Amino acid sequence: MTYIAKPKFHHPGLKKNELGYTHRDYEGKISTLCAGCGHDSITASIIEACYELSIEPHRVAKISGIGCSSKTPDYFLGNSHGFNSVHGRMPSVLTGANLANRDLIYLGVSGDGDSASIGFGQFAHSIRRGVNMTYIVENNGVYGLTKGQFSATADRGSKSKKGVTNTDNAIDLVAIALQLGATFVARSFSGDKTQLVPLIAAAIRHKGASFIDVISPCIAFNNHAGSTKSFDYVREHNDAVNRLDVLVGRDPISVDYAPGTVQVVEQHDGSRLALRKLDADYDPHDRLGAQTFLQKHAAKGQIVTGLLYVDPDAEDMHSHLETVETPLNTLDEEDLCPGSAVLDKINSSLR
Amino acid sequence: MSVQSPISSVNDFVVRFANVNGSGSASANELFARAILRHGVPVSPRNIFPSNIQGLPTWYEVRVTEDGHLGARGGVDMMVAMNPQTWDKDVAGIEPGGYLFYDSTKPMPSSKFRADITVIGVPLTAITNSTYNDPRQRQLFKNIIYLGALCALLDMDPKLVEQLIGEQYKGKEKLLSSNVHALHLGRDWALQNLKCPIGLRVKKADKVGDRIFIEGNSAAALGAVYGGATVCAWYPITPSSSVAEAFTSHCKKYRHDPETGKAKYAIVQGEDELASIGIVIGASWNGARAFTATSGPGISLMTEFIGLSYFAEIPAVIMNIQRAGPSTGMPTRTQQCDVIACAYASHGDTKHVLLFPEDPAEAFEFAAHAFDLAERLQTTIFLMLDLDIGMNHRLCRPLKWDDARQYDRGKVMTAEMLEEGRDFGRYLDVDGDGIPYRTYPGTHPTKGSYFTRGTSRDRYARYSEEGAVYADNMQRLVRKFETAQDLVPRPLQANAAKPTKYGVIYFGSTSPAMDEAIGLLEARGHQLDRMRIRAFPFHSSVASFIADHDFVYVVEQNRDAQLRQLIVNENGIDPVRLVPILHYDGTPITARFIANSIGDHQDHLKVTPLRKAVS
Repeated sequence: MTYIAKPKFHHPGLKKNELGYTHRDYEGKISTLCAGCGHDSITASIIEACYELSIEPHRVAKISGIGCSSKTPDYFLGNSHGFNSVHGRMPSVLTGANLANRDLIYLGVSGDGDSASIGFGQFAHSIRRGVNMTYIVENNGVYGLTKGQFSATADRGSKSKKGVTNTDNAIDLVAIALQLGATFVARSFSGDKTQLVPLIAAAIRHKGASFIDVISPCIAFNNHAGSTKSFDYVREHNDAVNRLDVLVGRDPISVDYAPGTVQVVEQHDGSRLALRKLDADYDPHDRLGAQTFLQKHAAKGQIVTGLLYVDPDAEDMHSHLETVETPLNTLDEEDLCPGSAVLDKINSSLR
Repeated sequence: MSVQSPISSVNDFVVRFANVNGSGSASANELFARAILRHGVPVSPRNIFPSNIQGLPTWYEVRVTEDGHLGARGGVDMMVAMNPQTWDKDVAGIEPGGYLFYDSTKPMPSSKFRADITVIGVPLTAITNSTYNDPRQRQLFKNIIYLGALCALLDMDPKLVEQLIGEQYKGKEKLLSSNVHALHLGRDWALQNLKCPIGLRVKKADKVGDRIFIEGNSAAALGAVYGGATVCAWYPITPSSSVAEAFTSHCKKYRHDPETGKAKYAIVQGEDELASIGIVIGASWNGARAFTATSGPGISLMTEFIGLSYFAEIPAVIMNIQRAGPSTGMPTRTQQCDVIACAYASHGDTKHVLLFPEDPAEAFEFAAHAFDLAERLQTTIFLMLDLDIGMNHRLCRPLKWDDARQYDRGKVMTAEMLEEGRDFGRYLDVDGDGIPYRTYPGTHPTKGSYFTRGTSRDRYARYSEEGAVYADNMQRLVRKFETAQDLVPRPLQANAAKPTKYGVIYFGSTSPAMDEAIGLLEARGHQLDRMRIRAFPFHSSVASFIADHDFVYVVEQNRDAQLRQLIVNENGIDPVRLVPILHYDGTPITARFIANSIGDHQDHLKVTPLRKAVS
């Protein structure tokens, strides 16, 4: 299937978004991943979220590291610049790109090997710095492209396809992101598009470091009995704390919700997140509470999903660095070069 | 015991200060060097410092040189021995007939001195303690007091020192007057109690001209400001940290929007060197001018990304302030030891552009030029400084900037060009120079986007694992490197007064020692043509210079003759033709070392070859 070029024609009646783009305008090349791969569902969700938000596709920069997940930016937003960089180093490349031009939307796509092992440090530090980005980890607990080795997010006691039991403790990237000060933290499941699409949309609209851990079963190496990242296991253990609707611009708040069950969060950019609470005890504005909630449920073997934490008034790295509003990559000689008269003064001060 | 007459020399001697790290001596010693400059006499100071903040020995050496020899000389004419830990070694290092200046508050056994030197004792601690009560003041003013005493001993004009102190503490009257007071305490004591001046003297001259006194790291950072760098990502490592620190302070002065006060730059201290170069590459990919500053171990960590920059063709500027090997200790000493590591950094077939400035003035020029080269060539450019240039004040020509100069942003396809229907292939060689066009992210809604990968793509950036496609790209990268040859600074050649069969090649911080060595060699009857290499890839004149001579010495500050290896490898030169002259003990190379090594070799060449003798 993957060797077939994607046909360009489409149905003339295809729905268009506010900017006049169809769904197809947000697609990329045909995926070369295994049929049924969870990552392809995430790709579809990214496409859907960007379409719904009416984002100009070319105003997004897609950056990834190395691995199955890192190949996916080629499969969505074909009119965006993409960068399949170095293993585990997406966060630094994205940070640099963001410094150069604060006006683009930055989508970082990574995997559990890429972010929890080789790139654990870069993941942590990009979150610490509050880089304005949407950082998606397509988490399958396994190294797919090198055929089935455990990754650092594999749960202790889970079994590999070859029957080996993992004896190392798992890293929960959501827990780490919360601790490091990410201002938008969510977890979802690749098989749950209705939950995932609005989470991605909300993360894109969030100004600050947004992190989404998406459990994404590996059909080839981690979808067997004994795995804690298989479709069956995740479906059985998924504990969604809320469901989200993203309301942008003129959309009115839906009146479908029963009174008292919806919490509306207004983000910095004016977009509103309508959260349908599924767990009465869960407060997505309480960083400490979220951490405790997460740990308690993990101990019970439950995978907590939903919008786990959001700070609607977050600041980003550019606010911290107090950089000019104009993107740095557009500044010219006049803006940047102090000139010969200043240099003469500098020379005089050095004699 | 031989009778050694004291050294007598005006404006040509070496004073070395032996201090304890963290004792505040650095600013007093620098004041001493600057004061001599104000006499119109060139100086060349050098820090010899440990990997330590407080307690270990540190030295500051000032070569006073009316003739303007700015390389290290070797030997010490006057030792200011302020550190008991290193006393024996310091005393032993004084030239016969030299001078020892020490704190005579506590009596020393005569076995601790030498008979062939002049011993000058000043009770510094006693003077200090009777004047100051605060321990920190005692420490700091002791340094100024010895400076005052030296002023008298070396016949320096105290007004010039006062003037410098005045400039340093402008607006801080209390500090100003207390420093001037301490200066005179020392000077008066020496004038009253010692025979002043001694044989070493500073006499006013007019040999400094309009030259400036600056550290190479600061000059390189200023070059980055002038060259339009907006993103700097770095990780602390000696001896490069002061590049980023200087960039920060220059930017604070010159790069804030006057209306909003906002920064027209972004500086990030990365979590390591991998992140630093990643940030640089991300920023450059997105059209900003970005750089990092590091040293050898940082280069090692960055090599994967350097390869990505080479293959994905993303500009990057790396300032490598070279130092001796790994870990801690010797790394606070100078070397030119990363030539090979940088020229061929990374996996796969890679080659990188290296620039070799000789002093701060060139560090400034080359730093600014590096950003043009990086964007023109869409690859990593290394600015190869070393500790000797980077962390020492060096007298050099004033920095110059032409206000008409425009940045060369390289081949960037704009939205307008794409609209006109220009064929955009990210890796398409449209001009035959191996350099393709690139687009910045976000340029055009439907045209000009591409997916950036290391390898595995064709001329239009489409995924391909075809061998022929890969080879085609690799050939283009070779063409691009050939293009670089004519864009980088050319070698500078200076011919001997008389025609000669012998030449010498050198680069970077070896420059002042080499210039001086040429004079010493001429005095021994050896004529040498010389070529200073300023960049890699080598210009064609390097091969012709070698071809024009029977033997060419290659002088460098590393063990493995790295520049020589690179010349042999890249130009297919017979290694026998290139004679390595190597200095690698961590101290800066000296004219004496070069002249002796080359001179001895030349003397041997004068022996009639065996086959001629028997034929």
